[in-house]
This record gives sequence, C-alpha cells and structure tokens, in this order.
Amino acid sequence: MTDTTYAVAKWRIRKPSVIPGFGLTLGFSLAYLSLIILIPISGLVWRTASMGWGEFFAIATDERTLRALYVSFGTAFVAGLVNVVFGVLVAWILVRYNFRGRRLIDSVVDLPFALPTAVAGIALAALYAPNGWVGSLVAPLGLKIAFTPLGIIVALIFIGLPFVVRTVQPVMEEIDSEVEEAAATLGANRFQTIRRVLLPGLMPAILTGFALAFARGVGEYGSVIFIAGNIPYVSEIAPLLIVIRLEEFHYEGATAIASIMLVISFAMLFIINLIQAWSRRRFGHA
Amino acid sequence: MHDNARSPAASARKPETFRDAASETPFVRHLLIFAALAYLAFFLLLPLVSIFVEAFRRGAGAYFDALIEPDALAAIRLTLLVAAIAVPLNLVFGVAAAWAIAKFEFKGKAFLITLIDLPFSISPVISGLVYVLLFGSQSVLGPLLKSHGIEILFAVPGIVLATVFVTFPFVARELIPLMQDQGTGDEEAALSLGASGWQTFWRVTLPNIKWGLLYGVLLCNARAMGEFGAVSVVSGHIRGLTNTMPLHVEILYNEYNFVAAFAVATLLALLALVTLVLKAVLERRFGAEIAASRKH
Amino acid sequence: MEVTISNIRKEFDLYPALHDVSLNIRSGELIALLGPSGSGKTTLLRLIAGLEHPTAGQIFFGNEDASNRTVQERNVGFVFQHYALFRHMTVADNIAFGLTVRPRATRPAKAEIRRRAAELLDMVHLSGLEKRYPNQLSGGQRQRVALARAMAIEPKVLLLDEPFGALDAQVRKELRRWLREFHDRTGHTTVFVTHDQEEALELADRVVVMSQGKIEQVGSADDVYDTPNSAFVFSFIGSSASLPVERRDGMVFFQDQPIGLATDATGPAQLFFRPQDVALTSEGAALSGKVTASRRLAGARIAEIDVGNDGNAHHIEIEVPLDAVATLGSEIRFRPTRWEQFAS
Repeated sequence: MTDTTYAVAKWRIRKPSVIPGFGLTLGFSLAYLSLIILIPISGLVWRTASMGWGEFFAIATDERTLRALYVSFGTAFVAGLVNVVFGVLVAWILVRYNFRGRRLIDSVVDLPFALPTAVAGIALAALYAPNGWVGSLVAPLGLKIAFTPLGIIVALIFIGLPFVVRTVQPVMEEIDSEVEEAAATLGANRFQTIRRVLLPGLMPAILTGFALAFARGVGEYGSVIFIAGNIPYVSEIAPLLIVIRLEEFHYEGATAIASIMLVISFAMLFIINLIQAWSRRRFGHA
Repeated sequence: MHDNARSPAASARKPETFRDAASETPFVRHLLIFAALAYLAFFLLLPLVSIFVEAFRRGAGAYFDALIEPDALAAIRLTLLVAAIAVPLNLVFGVAAAWAIAKFEFKGKAFLITLIDLPFSISPVISGLVYVLLFGSQSVLGPLLKSHGIEILFAVPGIVLATVFVTFPFVARELIPLMQDQGTGDEEAALSLGASGWQTFWRVTLPNIKWGLLYGVLLCNARAMGEFGAVSVVSGHIRGLTNTMPLHVEILYNEYNFVAAFAVATLLALLALVTLVLKAVLERRFGAEIAASRKH
Repeated sequence: MEVTISNIRKEFDLYPALHDVSLNIRSGELIALLGPSGSGKTTLLRLIAGLEHPTAGQIFFGNEDASNRTVQERNVGFVFQHYALFRHMTVADNIAFGLTVRPRATRPAKAEIRRRAAELLDMVHLSGLEKRYPNQLSGGQRQRVALARAMAIEPKVLLLDEPFGALDAQVRKELRRWLREFHDRTGHTTVFVTHDQEEALELADRVVVMSQGKIEQVGSADDVYDTPNSAFVFSFIGSSASLPVERRDGMVFFQDQPIGLATDATGPAQLFFRPQDVALTSEGAALSGKVTASRRLAGARIAEIDVGNDGNAHHIEIEVPLDAVATLGSEIRFRPTRWEQFAS
C-alpha cells in the first residue's frame, strides 16, 4: 500500500516499475560520474571563467595558439576527407565482396583502436623519417613527410580509419539489394545507381564517421607528437601546446586552449547528434 | 527454399549471392578490392610490421635485454596495476549505469547517456589537464591533500584517475544498448517467481549480458593499458616510479634508444593483437549477445 | 506487348530452380504466377525482368529476342515485394527517377519530367503527397508510389512480385480491386507473383500454377478450379479431400471396398473431390466414416470424418446438409458427385 503511493508520488521523475535498484544504481552512477568526469571538467570551466575575458582573449588570439589550432583542425580535416574516401571503399569491399581473408581484414580495421597511440606514433615516425622505409622512398622526390604537417596527416589517417568504416559498414549492410535492382529496372546504370541511390542513403553515416574521425584527430596526441617534428607555428598541434604550457607552469595558457578545444568538440558532438536525429526522422534510420 | 535465399538479409550476409543487377563487373570488383587492401596494407599493416622489425634490429639478445631492464619491469608492473584498478571501477559503474538506464524510464536519461560518452570526445591531454588543475600545486585541493601526506599528481593515484577518465564509457556504452534490447521481461519473471533483487541480478541479468560485459571489459582494458596522452600529463615521468609502458616507450624513443623503445612497444602491440583476436572471437560467436559490436 | 518464354531453365549453384518452362503471355493480359514458396514463380518473374539470367532458353518481347538484353535495356516496370522505394528521395523524385537517369538525348526536359510525375501521382490517387518521404507513407501508399514509379518509364510489361504480401487484409482487398481497375484502364501486359490463390483467382485473366520449378497448369480461374489437371493443382487450389484408391473391373475401390464410382482406368490412384461435391446416401456401395468433429460454416455444416479401417483411417472434411445427423461418433455414408483421379 505504501509502496504504491510512494511510486505514484515519484511518478514525475520516473515511471513506476517492479524492478528494484533504481535508487542504488542511479545514485552510484551519478556520484561516480560527478567525481570522475563532471567535477574535474567543472574545474576547467571555472578556471577559464575566473580568468577574465581580456586574458583569455589574449591567449586565444596569440599567434602560436592560433597556428596550433589551425594545424590541429586543418590536418584533422584533410585526414578525415582521406578516410571518408577510403573508409567507404573498405566498408564496401567488406560488405559486398567475398574474398579470401575478408574476415581477417575486417578485424584488422580495428587495429588503430587497439594499438596504443604512442606505439603507433613511434612506428609511423620510424617509417616516414627520411631514413625510414617510406621516408627514404619519397626523399629522392624531394618530399618530406615526417616532421611536417604531412606527417601529422599520415598519423591522423591511421587513427581515424576505423571511424568511417565502422559507422558506414552497418548502414551498408542494411541496404536492401532490391533497391539497387529497382534502380536497374528503371534504367539506371551501375554508376548512376551508386551515385544517386546508394551514396545519398549512406550520407548521414558518412558525415557521422567523418565527424567522429575529425573530432578524434583534433584531440589526438600520442600518435602525432613523434612524427610531427613539433616546430612551433608549423607542425605544433594544439594538444601539444597545452602540454608545453603546463610544463612552463603557464596554467592559464593551457586552460584557455583546452576550453577552446572543448567548446569545438562539444559543437561537433552536437552536430553529430543533429545529423543522426535528422536522418532518423526523415529516412527512418540513422 | 529459393525464395528464402533471396531475402535481403540473407544476401547481405552472403555477398557471393549478389546478383548481376546489384553488383559490379569482376574487373571493377577486383580493382576495388585491390585498392582497399593496398590502402590497408600501407596504413595499417606496414606500421605494425615495422614495430617488430625495429625491435629485433639488433637481434633477440638486445630485444630481451630491453624487456628485463628494471625500469621496463617497473613500467610493466605499473601498467598492470593501473589497469587492475581502473577496469573494475569502470566495470561496476558500467553495470550500475546500464541497469538504471536500461531498466527504468526517467527524466534526463538521454542527457545522462550523452554525459557518459563525454570522455570519448575530449582530447586525452585535456583529460589529464583537468586533474592537474584540480590537484596541482596551484589548486586548492592539491596543497591541502599534500599537507596530509596524500600525493595525487605525479603519483600513482593521478595516473589511475586519468586512466579511469579516458576509459570511463567503454563498459557502460556496451551494456546500455544490450540491456535496452533485452528489456525487463526476464527480470519481472524472476521477481514474480520470488527471487530477490540481488538473486535476479546474479542469476538472470548477469548471464544475459556476460558476453557483452566481457567485450566492454576487453576494450576498456586495451585502452587502459595503452593510454598515453592523459597519463603523460599527470605522471611526471619519474622513471621506475610513475612510468607506464607507453610513457616508458616515449622516454626510450626520445633518448634515441630505438631498439629498447620498440621492444617495449612490441608488448603493447601484442596486447593490441590479442585484443583484436578476442574481440573477433566474441563478435563471431556471441554476435547477437554483443549489442554495439559495430560501434565504437 | 506479348511475352514468350521458351524452354527456360535456371539453376542456382546447380540447384535447379526452373526446369524447361515455356509460357506465352498475351498482350494486355493480366496473369498471375501462383505457387507455394520454392515453386520458382519469383525466379520466373525475375528472369522476365532480366534480374536473373537463364541457364538455358530464351525470352521474347514481341518478336524480339530479349534474352541477351540487360535489365536496363528491357524497359520493364518491376514492383518489388517490399517496394524498394528510395528512402532519401521524395515521392516525386522517386517517380521521376527512371526519367532522370536516361541519357541526355532521350531525357525529357525538367518541366516535362515534373509534369509526368504529377500525372502519374494523380493516376495512383496520391496527388498532394509529392514532397513526402517514403517512411512518411502508409504501406498501401508506398505500394502505389512503387507502381507509379514503375509506370513512369512507360514499360513494355509490368511485373509485380507479391504486390500485396506486405499489406494488412483490409488494404489488400482494396488495392486488389484498384489494381484490376488500373490494369483495365492502362491495358498493360501485367504479370504478378502470388502465393495467395484467392488473390490470383479473383484478379487474373489467367493463372499459371507452378510447383517445384515446373508449370503445372495454365488457365482461367474456372479452368484451374473446376478441371485441375494434376493432383498438385487439385490439392493446391481450393479445399479438397483425397484418398488412395485402387481401380479394377471398371470400379474404384477404397481399402478393398467398392465405393460406388465407375471408371475405365486401372491401377492405384489418388481420388480427389471437393468437400461440397458429395451426396449422402444410405444404400449401395459408398464411402463411410465416423464423425470426429463438426462445425457450422455459413449455410452448411462441415464434418470432419475418419474414413476407412481403424488404424488406417484417413481424416477428411466434407460438407453435409444442415439437417443431416452429424453428431460426434455417428456414421456417415456418402459418394463424391464430382471427382478426379490421378494415377499414383
């Protein structure tokens, strides 16, 4: 009797249920979430807020900060584009074709998720350095990859590869081959079918994959710093600049750059959610 | 029988049954497969192979010397310790959060899920930075704790906290969609048969989610052992004391001790390979019981 | 457009889906391919469309051999079972698709394409929905968009795969009548696949009954119902009762008892009759059985009876007059008035 009245009273917060443990699990989750994530991030926000607009603006518009942000966002954008093209291609062959080693390849795609970033970083640096396997191949052409922004792009291509593949792949698997046959019976050739029927249907997934790879690329640190050369104004990424400011005990500098990056990350996250909500509403799938 | 073979689901899973009208010519097909494999070989396989080649550049002797060196052993011990603390913490959180989110309807649920995913969209360096700001010498908390003899920054607790932060969502985001799919029917049945809440959890819910749970733990562990950026910011890089394996790799590399750096790196690469194999096995054998196997 | 299918064979990975099928579809005809799943009816439809290629045999559109034409060149309107609408395109764009992918030389101007799409939308009674997306439509509406899209390319033949399969019963009935009217108005040669005999018999000019990759019978609804030419057709179309019989001395025997039916044939056979084609009788040779259940169905009573010796009884259903005694366990004697026998 008291139980039911209790449930009715709490109805505004949650629907009544016979299953126990709501208070315990939600309470623990919120406490843990607050301790580990929310309070530390609020510290960052509070620190930024107490900085004063003038100081914040000075750091944010500092030439070195701007260049570092430009390098981070620019290289992440280019790497994201490369991964869109090849990520869709890889997803396509994995979903559509049967070839020997397909399952192995399918698993290998996740390597960048599983391989610690520092390990990827030193491996790429060794490969693309002027005396490395790849570096020594392109050196005669006058091309330098490691210790330039090009090297950063290579590292971010590695890191971002699985994002596009893994967001596009399940959507591709859902494509009903009847749709392609319908296009064919209506006179569309294969190229028209892919360009006008398949790709538009995959577009929300491709955009999401790009945004995920881009967001990861902007914040990436471990795999980049070894290959980047870290030349201020040229190949110095924003996360590295945060670390440098910290090592100089210039906490305001680190905090300001971090909050700029955070705001942009949240904006990206918001955009991803918008894309998915829009596509679910319109086409009935994400 | 043939009518069944034509259902879209069947054809999606068996690419060899794709018909002419919905496929490319064999030439184009081979070209695309070749291009994709070449891309993967160049960007994924080549770096992986190079780790092992570099590690054995001076032979097996130098390789093993680098691994049994005291600082390397200390780094391995610390990495295992950090994972042994961080993974169980996030496991308990993951189960609790998934229970609250999947078994109940309440306000603010969608927002809570977004918050749980937050660490994935934050640069690892920032994940470390927030703890520096919280516990550093310039903060309020840092000096206070220090006066009581508690060291967080540039010590093991800081490394654990940063690792917990970056691996925070792994178990939860694996379990939430899985438990939402499973609904509350099994639990309600168990409760109606007289089981207590705990009995229901241990004997009904847990068996239902065990493979998804293992999958989340696997991914969580791989990231916990391999995390670099966040840990690098809070560790202070004290050799033999606050160096995890990835940090040890960095120090060796920056000292131009490449063979030793790559030797330690092979251990982490092997961890990644084992993770991939287990992941593939779980996906293949328990695909239906792993909710978000395709998402990350 | 007349369509002739000549000695078509189709094998999937050596599993034969169609054996040597020939069929002539007249111009303007509405024809149903009817059969259980696995009978090869959908395969035949897809072969006509060019979505599959025959292992052997030819397909003619009029006098022209279309066997080597690609699906794009065949110009058939195909309506898929689940409609296969392009879900990121509006209804209008879906309908216009076939026109917009034509090579520049034969592609109508944009305004003309729009006009044609609007006209088709009107024809399928969906005017005003051109800006909608497929997932904002009901099942029946999607079905009609799919039909309009197929009609937009002015197809030589219209092919429909289980056109009503995914709809609920009420909508199915409405659309069935509507499709018949649509066909009568446009006069297109139309072939549709169905496993629902009621649909086939009601809608089609002629029904092609298929089983196990072969055509069993081609004919009007009356033909296949009243004069089925095989045991399969008899048992597949409508309800029927069947008993194993022996024929000798000009008579039909069931379990060594004459049952009052005369025949010229000899040897073992399967006897078929419809439940309503029986007459109760009290004298002479007849079938007899024990009532195990009975139920009222509209103007008649259906009796379930066990015919034959205990331990080897055959369970069948027959229709009995409302005033007949059909209490549980009572004995009923009857003779089929119309029947067929197929040697076994």
